[in-house]
Amino acid sequence: MLKDEYAKPCNLNDILCIRGLCVWHPIRKFLTISGYVRALDDVNIDLEKGRILAIVGESGSGKTTLGKTILKIYQPTKGRIIYDGKDITHIKGKEIKWYRREVGYVQQDPYGALPPFMNIREILEEPLIIHEVPKSDRITRIRETLEEVKLIPVEDFINKYPHMLSGGQQQRVVIARALILRPKLIVADEPVSMLDASVRIEILTLFRELQKRRGLSIVYITHDLSTAKYFSDKIAVMYAGHVVEMAQTDKVLSKPMHPYTQSLIKAIPDPDPRNRTLFREVPPGEPPSLLNPPPGCRFHPRCPYAMDVCRREEPPIVEVNGVHLVKCWLYG
Amino acid sequence: MRQLKVLLKELLMYKSALVGITIIASLIILSLYAVITAPYGEVTRKWSSIDPWEDFPKNAMPSWVNIFIGRKLPETIVLDSRKVEPSTNKTIIPITGGKYILRILFTFGYTYDDFPSEVILRIFSSTTKQFTAQIVWVKPGGIEYIVSRKLLRGYEAYYITSDEEFLKKFNANLINKLGSRPNYDISINEALFAEEDQSILNQNTVTVLKGEYRAIVDVLIGEEDLNKVQIDAKLVVYGKVHGIAGTDHRRRDLALALLWGTPIALAFGLVASITITFAQMFIAAMSAWYGKSFDFIVQRITEIFMVLPFLPMLLMISYFYKITIWVLLLIVILLSIFGSGVKNYRAMFLQIKEIPYIEAAIAYGTSSFRIVFRYMIPKILPTIIPSIVLSVPDFVFLEAALALFGVGDPQAVTWGRVLEDAAREAALYKGYYYWILQPSLLLLLTALGFAMLGLALDKIFNPRLREM
Repeated sequence: MLKDEYAKPCNLNDILCIRGLCVWHPIRKFLTISGYVRALDDVNIDLEKGRILAIVGESGSGKTTLGKTILKIYQPTKGRIIYDGKDITHIKGKEIKWYRREVGYVQQDPYGALPPFMNIREILEEPLIIHEVPKSDRITRIRETLEEVKLIPVEDFINKYPHMLSGGQQQRVVIARALILRPKLIVADEPVSMLDASVRIEILTLFRELQKRRGLSIVYITHDLSTAKYFSDKIAVMYAGHVVEMAQTDKVLSKPMHPYTQSLIKAIPDPDPRNRTLFREVPPGEPPSLLNPPPGCRFHPRCPYAMDVCRREEPPIVEVNGVHLVKCWLYG
Repeated sequence: MRQLKVLLKELLMYKSALVGITIIASLIILSLYAVITAPYGEVTRKWSSIDPWEDFPKNAMPSWVNIFIGRKLPETIVLDSRKVEPSTNKTIIPITGGKYILRILFTFGYTYDDFPSEVILRIFSSTTKQFTAQIVWVKPGGIEYIVSRKLLRGYEAYYITSDEEFLKKFNANLINKLGSRPNYDISINEALFAEEDQSILNQNTVTVLKGEYRAIVDVLIGEEDLNKVQIDAKLVVYGKVHGIAGTDHRRRDLALALLWGTPIALAFGLVASITITFAQMFIAAMSAWYGKSFDFIVQRITEIFMVLPFLPMLLMISYFYKITIWVLLLIVILLSIFGSGVKNYRAMFLQIKEIPYIEAAIAYGTSSFRIVFRYMIPKILPTIIPSIVLSVPDFVFLEAALALFGVGDPQAVTWGRVLEDAAREAALYKGYYYWILQPSLLLLLTALGFAMLGLALDKIFNPRLREM
């Protein structure tokens, strides 16, 4: 079958390369497993060094699961994760500690992401203690990092508790914590969705700056195509546990290929008042249950172009124009 | 440290906390006083022996009852010829035939409004040689009775209070003097201390003759024994009130038991409460964090322990084995660490486990152990502290209840033991209210102190409970 033919070998210079990744959560009933929630199914992703990849999709599409699997919070059921040329799918013990240093995590809800009983210094010191940074270096590193995320003057913040800071400041602390171990890859899971619109751009600009200065690679998980447009180099669109389309940001936005991507782009609100009466076409229905996904293409119940083959067989991943990957029978 | 200061400041805004802290602080001061003044081993030994309590009255009420009843109940008067006191006088009077009389004279004033509870004369002799002794009782106004003549050999405790012979003589004397005898069974205490006019004839009017009393012990000795034999006497007129807490049926001073009961109650309550809460919290955190089969096993063990009958088990163990109070504490802790608290805390931890900062901690490589101790437990600590404080009295009461069941340390001197003695001696039935009320009051006070502090702490740590 076609879908198995997509096994493009990983480029060893890429920071992250994921092949055939599956995360199935077992459903336990007393002592037996009655089924699986297929949160991720056959996901393939490539991210070059120093680039920003946006993972876009609606809630329940598996984008957060993908982020957490990259962070090794979830264990993959199948597939491989190659980080910087090394297979980290099954690493344990000392090696995973190295990997923990390499990857930083920025969460969605900054207040929940910070332990309320620690002050900022303690919060930032924790990763340093765990990774055995000598005591004398810790405070200088904390200061450096706080300056880097523009929590200045440092003295005003270092002894404060999270609840004393505003949402934007809290998110900066979260970013500082992700950066303090000097990682090469950051997984940012909706880092601005809980913030005020005015603060969003500040935080995203900060990310951009940091990315430029440090040469970071970022996996930016969002449901919001407009920030992805502003922020990312490359977009992967997810639907019901699959990556349905992946290409350079401008290509995806200007020439979306998958019907789902097309509907997503149409759904972006337009601030132009002249368009206020314009009817926006949104795909009918809801995302499918991952416990019992529909056969064939998972989008077919909502797809305006659904064909017979879509209902029978899962679509292959097709490379269009060499750089645009799409998982759809329309191009198959 | 600064946080502690802030907490204290906030705490003092609540009056209940102030009262609670005052009560607990005074209990702690009392405990410190007990620990410093009397070593525990000495106290337990003293409590379970008889000799040290010889000169204490039986079932005497605390002295402060005088304030409430408006009469002056007698205190205990102890006169000992071995001590140099102005009230005792030892003289040797030569008589004919090379014989001497060794005279011990006790003088004391008696100004109380009630009769004493007992009068005992103890005579000590350094040899086993037999002597003749005569005991004379002189009331104020020179009324003189030869109470007894007896042969003396070694140590002799003469219970004047139960000398029926003297009573016969006394009654005969009264008939001579007043023309009739009392229309009730006059007791020897009354005979020794009553005013001898018409009032003595009726039980309702009999009054104490206040003034200076004398008791004379004359011992007839030969010249050869004069310098060899040492004869001494001790007269104890037992009162009806004693000290600040009274005495029990074995003449023991309850103040000692109540004083030493304080540190034991506090230690028992605090140690049990703190250890059990922290152990339960730790088990619950581990169970919630590791989940899966570990969680399964822990939860099943907890369920088994929850249905085990706690009190019958404790009774059984302490009937089979001779246990001290500290072993009892250990058993209480062991039976409780898998208690219902594990279920409650686990429910809290399962929620905490899902908070994003735990995931962040995993992402930067925190070990499971560190997550449990540094991230999960501190989060619920604020809600735990009030419950620790609130559950202290539970264990203080438990110890008292166990003592009431006759379980527990026969050596330990606790409030529960005092209550047990009182219950066994039917104190309430006999009207010894002080015996029950004092330890009960201390128990209640402890509970009140911790409850008031705990409730105030609860309001501070769980602001939703704060009233507007």
